[in-house]
Amino acid sequence: MDSQEQIKLIESVREGNTLTLRLSGDWSLRESKPEFNTIKDTFPEGKSIQGIKFDVSQLVTWESGLLTFLLKVIDYGKERGLEVYVDSLPDNMQRLLRLSQEVPEKEDVGKRNEEHGFLPRLGKWGISIYDGGVDFTRFFGEVFLSVLKLLSGRYHMRWGDFFVIIQETGAKALPIVSLIALLIGLIVAFLGSVTLARFGAEIYVSYLVAYGILREMGAIMTGVIVAGRTGAAFAAQIGTMKVTEEIDALKTMGISPVDFIVMPRMLALIIMMPLLVLYADLIGIIGGLLVSTLLLDFSVYQFLEGMNEAVALPDFYIGLFKGTIFGILIAISGCLRGMQCGNSADAVGLAATSAVVTGITLIIFANAVIDWIAAIHGI
Amino acid sequence: MMNAISQPKIEVRGMDLAYGSFVVMRDLKFSVKQGEIMIIMGGSGCGKSTLLKHLIGLIDPVRGDILYDGVSFVNADLDKKQNTLRTFGVLYQAGALWSSMTLEENVALPLEEYTKLSSSEIREIVSFKLSLVGLKGFEAFYPSEISGGMRKRAGLARAMALDPEILFFDEPSAGLDPISSRRLDDLILQLRDSLGSTVVVVTHELASIFAIGDNSIFLDGESRTMTAMGNPNELFKNPPNENIRYFLSRGEKAN
Repeated sequence: MDSQEQIKLIESVREGNTLTLRLSGDWSLRESKPEFNTIKDTFPEGKSIQGIKFDVSQLVTWESGLLTFLLKVIDYGKERGLEVYVDSLPDNMQRLLRLSQEVPEKEDVGKRNEEHGFLPRLGKWGISIYDGGVDFTRFFGEVFLSVLKLLSGRYHMRWGDFFVIIQETGAKALPIVSLIALLIGLIVAFLGSVTLARFGAEIYVSYLVAYGILREMGAIMTGVIVAGRTGAAFAAQIGTMKVTEEIDALKTMGISPVDFIVMPRMLALIIMMPLLVLYADLIGIIGGLLVSTLLLDFSVYQFLEGMNEAVALPDFYIGLFKGTIFGILIAISGCLRGMQCGNSADAVGLAATSAVVTGITLIIFANAVIDWIAAIHGI
Repeated sequence: MMNAISQPKIEVRGMDLAYGSFVVMRDLKFSVKQGEIMIIMGGSGCGKSTLLKHLIGLIDPVRGDILYDGVSFVNADLDKKQNTLRTFGVLYQAGALWSSMTLEENVALPLEEYTKLSSSEIREIVSFKLSLVGLKGFEAFYPSEISGGMRKRAGLARAMALDPEILFFDEPSAGLDPISSRRLDDLILQLRDSLGSTVVVVTHELASIFAIGDNSIFLDGESRTMTAMGNPNELFKNPPNENIRYFLSRGEKAN
């Protein structure tokens, strides 16, 4: 803002005990306006002035910007005990000023005085972590109760909903699982051929593909895909149901949201995840087979023979077992984040994001734990 | 219905409502008789809907108790609470229909969960309930395919599915045109008269308040407590305080 313009917009003239602010020119929102603080400094100090008047005869246009400026002048006047004469302002301007001052600021609404220092934020962070832990524990407890109900045969499954979820999480995930699994198979085979070639051991590519895909990559990649696809969808669905009071409607009908929403989703994933992993294993191995036969000139027989030596049935079972565990983790993180969702569109987005992050983190962590236990037991 | 005269259907005793440390309402005391239409009124943001959420068990009060048929609801264990909840019908502000289900499935769900009716019997009841709210023929529609007013009426059909003893309405006329809003009022009166249900309505629509209210309480946002109780027409004639007179006369200044 250049000072010439400021002079154009405002000028303070002292007449005896009163100070007249002469406003002129264009005070629209698009134009830059003088800061009140810089104008204030040009006011004469001390008790020499007792009132402030306005002269708006030269004013061309004005918008809210002028009003906020005037409010600052009025506040300044109140602070210093000066009389501020607004009667020379146009009627509509006076009316707006009065309207804005009519309802006093509500002071005990409990939002204003939030502290922004390090300690208050640390404290709030601690409390939110604690609340999250309580939420998780409660949710887990409710899920556990529902599982007990299921085991004791008192759970009433809505089969229609269940099969829709099965289709949504299982069959509809096949294209993306095919693509990713095939690529992972190709990549593992490439990686193997490049590194093993240095030792003249390309023949072991099939070992690497079979062992890597069956034990690790098949389950992990499927888990990541399903966490991104289905976990996010669960969180967004449930979050939206919370915003539209659909969850409340269930509760007040005496229907537990965990029974009604979480259980079918969790059971669907427990069933579909191992099947998807099985499928991903198959496609991944086909990917490795393609690389070995087309690029490395092995025969299909050689590849399968190598596989047969490298892996045993337990390797394959471990992959499926991981898939089942990942399914439970994805369902729990998706549903939990959905249930924790706040009451806005923003919150639904956050719930979906955090469902994916939680899901993938848990999958990787669980994978490490399972591998570790398997290593201890020599499986 | 046995204790229709002696015992209030709903009784609220010295209840405080709060979100965390922010107290919304203090010291609420009122009772609702069997078959009565009770209006909870007050300005926007004064805590009407919060009170409703307490009454239907979505939030626990920080102090005080709610009794249904003389039995404490707040201190009941989970199973008892669920059983009490099953005698309620709640119409939410925007209907809160389950969006993944058709209207028929929405209304049928409580029947499937809590009755041993066959599916053909359920279908008959569902289409009867939908016809009561003027939505016969819309069974196969999803909530997203119908208008806001229709969604509200469908929500009412769902709330009535199990012939509830108490019906709760959260701002039934919000977002409805005057005629639909009037029709909904008539519907509420008819339901009360024919089913004998007790009705609790949260609203600030003056026309509805005067048309359907047998009894009412006024929540005052400034003093954060209820400042009046009684028939709304009586309260209008003899207002016990300035705020309620101001509210019921749509902000007329005293003369």
